[in-house]
Amino acid sequence: METTLTYNYAVVRQFALMSVVWGIVGMLVGVYIAAELIWPDLSFQLPWLSYGRLRPLHTNAVIFAFGGSALFATSYYVVQRTCQVRLFSDGLAAFTFWGWQAVIVAAAITLPLGITTSKEYAELEWPIDILITLVWVAHAIVFFGTIVKRKVPHIYVANWFFGAYILTVAILHLVNSAAVPVSLWKSYSVYAGVQDAMVQWWYGHNAVGFILTAGFLGMMYYFIPKQAGRPVYSYRLSVVHFWSLIFTYMWAGPHHLQYTALPDWTQSLGMVFSLILLAPSWGGMINGIMTLSGAWHKLRTDPILKFLVVSLSFYGMATFEGPMMSIKTVNALSHYTDWNIGHVHSGALGWVAMISIGSLYYLVPRLFGREEMHSVKLITAHFWVTTIGIVLYISSMWIAGVMQGLMWRAVNADGTLTYSFVESVKATYPYYAIRLLGGVIVLSGMFLMAYNVWKTIAGQRPVPALIPSAVARA
Amino acid sequence: MDILFVLVPLSLILVALAVIVFLWMSENGQFEDLDGPAHQILMDDDGAVQARRGDKPVI
Repeated sequence: METTLTYNYAVVRQFALMSVVWGIVGMLVGVYIAAELIWPDLSFQLPWLSYGRLRPLHTNAVIFAFGGSALFATSYYVVQRTCQVRLFSDGLAAFTFWGWQAVIVAAAITLPLGITTSKEYAELEWPIDILITLVWVAHAIVFFGTIVKRKVPHIYVANWFFGAYILTVAILHLVNSAAVPVSLWKSYSVYAGVQDAMVQWWYGHNAVGFILTAGFLGMMYYFIPKQAGRPVYSYRLSVVHFWSLIFTYMWAGPHHLQYTALPDWTQSLGMVFSLILLAPSWGGMINGIMTLSGAWHKLRTDPILKFLVVSLSFYGMATFEGPMMSIKTVNALSHYTDWNIGHVHSGALGWVAMISIGSLYYLVPRLFGREEMHSVKLITAHFWVTTIGIVLYISSMWIAGVMQGLMWRAVNADGTLTYSFVESVKATYPYYAIRLLGGVIVLSGMFLMAYNVWKTIAGQRPVPALIPSAVARA
Repeated sequence: MDILFVLVPLSLILVALAVIVFLWMSENGQFEDLDGPAHQILMDDDGAVQARRGDKPVI
């Protein structure tokens, strides 16, 4: 069949399935290191099973492998459907798939071996960084090339979010990963000391802002209206949402470095920008949730919609909590405690994972020629399992974090510390157990998903998807 | 904090780029109709495509 008449679903299928696989792998590693915090002997004295080496593997696997694959799948799907044209280049799209999988496998090998730049969320050494750059350039060419050859005059708002995410990640990656190689697997950052810290968190926070926020907002603006069968609450607000986020995001990074060697005014600047961010974040959240106004009843029966809408509630919660934690007086209590871990997971599990899972449940049947998923009941079960797991996870980490912060700052009348550090570790023990339980529950939901996806696609023979407008013209 | 002489101009350049893209797209009429596009994606029927006899499996 002529390729000009069909969409490229092959690459979307590949990324969608690998997203499920990497989701399980990443969360499994997360569960393992959560168990190590309770039973340190689980590393069996093996260096490559130690917490310090597996933790970056967990973060890389869930953010870049699971979340990244979901973003590739959805951005390729959305840009084709909303532009009503096939992807710019099938070859380059295939390269992004195999290249990205190679990056992930390389990460899974090098990180346990202790090969790391030690920059958080940018641990991969320079040869892998170069591969990431190549894949990303190909991704940008495929995505923007598709926009350029679109058959619909208007560029749908979801594409703006995906586009901003692709461009910004390219710049962040290039600036932060600049390094001088000394051997094949060892390099030194071109920045040093507090300069390095500033670049690192300029990167780190903007990665949160543009991968974990903008990219997934692209998903939100397409899949919530489609699944609900209703237009987004206010398209005008969605455009305002996009531009306000773009203009205000860049300078929140210093809030990761409160009370460090960073100049005081830079810390305050980071705090102010973080507080400003509450406005666009909540504007977007309200826009997404209100899309259901007049159709709230659909939430009762549609578990995919449950995933999508509850993800927005977690997004609203995390984007309120974040600016609050950036306030210096709050940060004095929360910094370095497990509260941060709770905050990150309410964003990463509640927002990122749930919107991805909802979008994947929407995509998988359509990509494989099925009306719907094999079992809607299993989706409902997955939804409840995930929600309960996340609530256990984040509430235990909140309590643990506030407790740690209070114990660390407690002083006796004579000015000595009331608690030694190890006493706070001991007091955290039960909360680590609850956190592990929450993680196990979330992971078990991913296995339900894998089974459901397998039953949906097994034996299916997907056919090339026709582009309606192109067929009409032909 | 010499690094700020890199990061601050970089942010300003990016904001300037965003302004240029915004004005360019406004001129192009991207933001003329702020209701229609929301409905347009719903008219696109992306429902399942059934396999037909003789189609080769792709996975």
